Amino acid sequence: MIPLLLGITIISFAVIHLAPGSPAEMATLLNPKTSPDLQLKLRKLYGLDKPLYIQYWLWLKRLSHLDFGISFSPDRRPVLEKIAERIPITLTINVLSMFLILIVAIPLGVVSAVHHKSIFDRISTIFVFIGYATPGFWLALLLMMLFGIKLGWLPLSGLKSLDHASLSPLQKILDYSKHLILPVFVSAFGGLAGLSRYVRANMLEVIKQDYILTARAKGLPERVVIYQHALKNALLPVITILGLSVPGLIGGSVIFESIFAIPGMGQLFYASVMARDYPVIMGCLVIGAVLTLLGNLIADIGYALADPRIRVG
Amino acid sequence: MWRLFLSRFLENRLALLSAIFLFSLFIISIFAPWLSPYDPFKIDVNAILMPPSPSHPLGTDMLGRDVLSRLIFGARISLKVGFVAVGIATIIGTILGAIAGYYGGAVDAIIMRFVDIMLCFPSFFLILAVIAFLEPSIWNIMVVIGLTSWMGVTRLVRAEFLSLKERDFVLAARALGASDMRIIFKHIMPNAMAPVLVSATLGIPGAILTEAALSFLGIGVQLPTPSWGNMLTAGKDNLEIAWWLSLFPGLAILLTVLAYNLLGEGIQDALNIRIE
Repeated sequence: MIPLLLGITIISFAVIHLAPGSPAEMATLLNPKTSPDLQLKLRKLYGLDKPLYIQYWLWLKRLSHLDFGISFSPDRRPVLEKIAERIPITLTINVLSMFLILIVAIPLGVVSAVHHKSIFDRISTIFVFIGYATPGFWLALLLMMLFGIKLGWLPLSGLKSLDHASLSPLQKILDYSKHLILPVFVSAFGGLAGLSRYVRANMLEVIKQDYILTARAKGLPERVVIYQHALKNALLPVITILGLSVPGLIGGSVIFESIFAIPGMGQLFYASVMARDYPVIMGCLVIGAVLTLLGNLIADIGYALADPRIRVG
Repeated sequence: MWRLFLSRFLENRLALLSAIFLFSLFIISIFAPWLSPYDPFKIDVNAILMPPSPSHPLGTDMLGRDVLSRLIFGARISLKVGFVAVGIATIIGTILGAIAGYYGGAVDAIIMRFVDIMLCFPSFFLILAVIAFLEPSIWNIMVVIGLTSWMGVTRLVRAEFLSLKERDFVLAARALGASDMRIIFKHIMPNAMAPVLVSATLGIPGAILTEAALSFLGIGVQLPTPSWGNMLTAGKDNLEIAWWLSLFPGLAILLTVLAYNLLGEGIQDALNIRIE
């Protein structure tokens, strides 16, 4: 895991620092009073005047005690602080959408597989194919139009209403959830279709296995065969899929947070990229990758806990 | 074998329909200048934000440009991105996968570690960072999407090579004194191409969606060139007054992506292979 993380930092660092358009140029580009001298000073201030490998080494040394450096933006705040105040928002939305994906996709996939080729299966297959092809940000626009503008049920953007501070605690929670409904639903939508398709295919595969035939031959009721014997085995790979979906969810947060004007990590990343704020960009990339690795690790552990074959073998 | 494939494929009505739809879309985008009712760049101050009507079937945008014409020209971008980006990813993935699978050992370990690293990035973050730094052009977008999406093909081709290189025909070729290059490209590669074809077809929708998302965020295809993604930006800006600006470009993306997915599934079923 550590070599993997090192590789990630090397690639990110190289890609970002070798790309054209340096922060010093950006900061002076629109200012007519700049001189080459000022650019030089800025480069020195940002530490960009040293050779690339030394910059990387210094960055890595600081990272080893969790110091991500200081943002290039005028506020000059520590990167870690900036990310730390954003990350809970993005994680909350991602965890909620993952939860939504699970509670909808699994029953959908299982019922489709059990009643293979029934009307329900056909309709849900069509729904899944369309859902899979729907651009999330377009769905967001349509839902905003319907629920935000036409019906006026849900707020269009942000995390809280203007009068949020004056609300009682219960109303505050209600206010947050109203703002979160659309973002969570939209970011769950794509994964929902994918996962239910996956569960269906797995379940169909499992139902064909010999041990299901055995269970039926023993005279077990169909309910027990499907929901105890088959379901457990069909759901095992879902753990891995969930782990693998972490980078997609984090990457997607850029789009959804920009549409719904949510001050999360995606929005911070987008703003930093636009401003060439190298330390923040590096911080977001590294933390994103760490979250992905953590997701995979949790998935591996979960798999081992759920499947005795992995532990023994 | 091709005959069997074709007869199976033709039985699959949805896949056939998708193929016809995509083919028509290609024809339309090739002949866009002749088929579109208006000039997609022409600003018309007398027709600003007009709802769909007989003269403008899909309405006009905030500069009075015809939405249908822009949609037709936008198809060029999406189709091109799909092909070129996936083409790049497939070439890189096939070569790396072939080398890793054929030679094994340390080469294999290094390549597969690299794959693992690339898979750890939230790829949209990486694409966004690179694209925003480069000059935003359609070619840059296609190259960057291609450079960040070759990992799946690599794994696939490697797995094929691992099993194919043990087969007798490879041994025979080697006994005849064929060079490694010849064995890889002449003998093994043709046998490994079927799953690559499927994964390429199924990879196109992802590339189209990524381009649309980038253009939607304003760092993809730049105005005034129409792309389905940047047309949706106009939809977002006029969300409260012009539903048609949001509805139609999104629908175009959905149908194209859906068609590619169904086509990929159809090819997969007709070839009787499964890829994860």
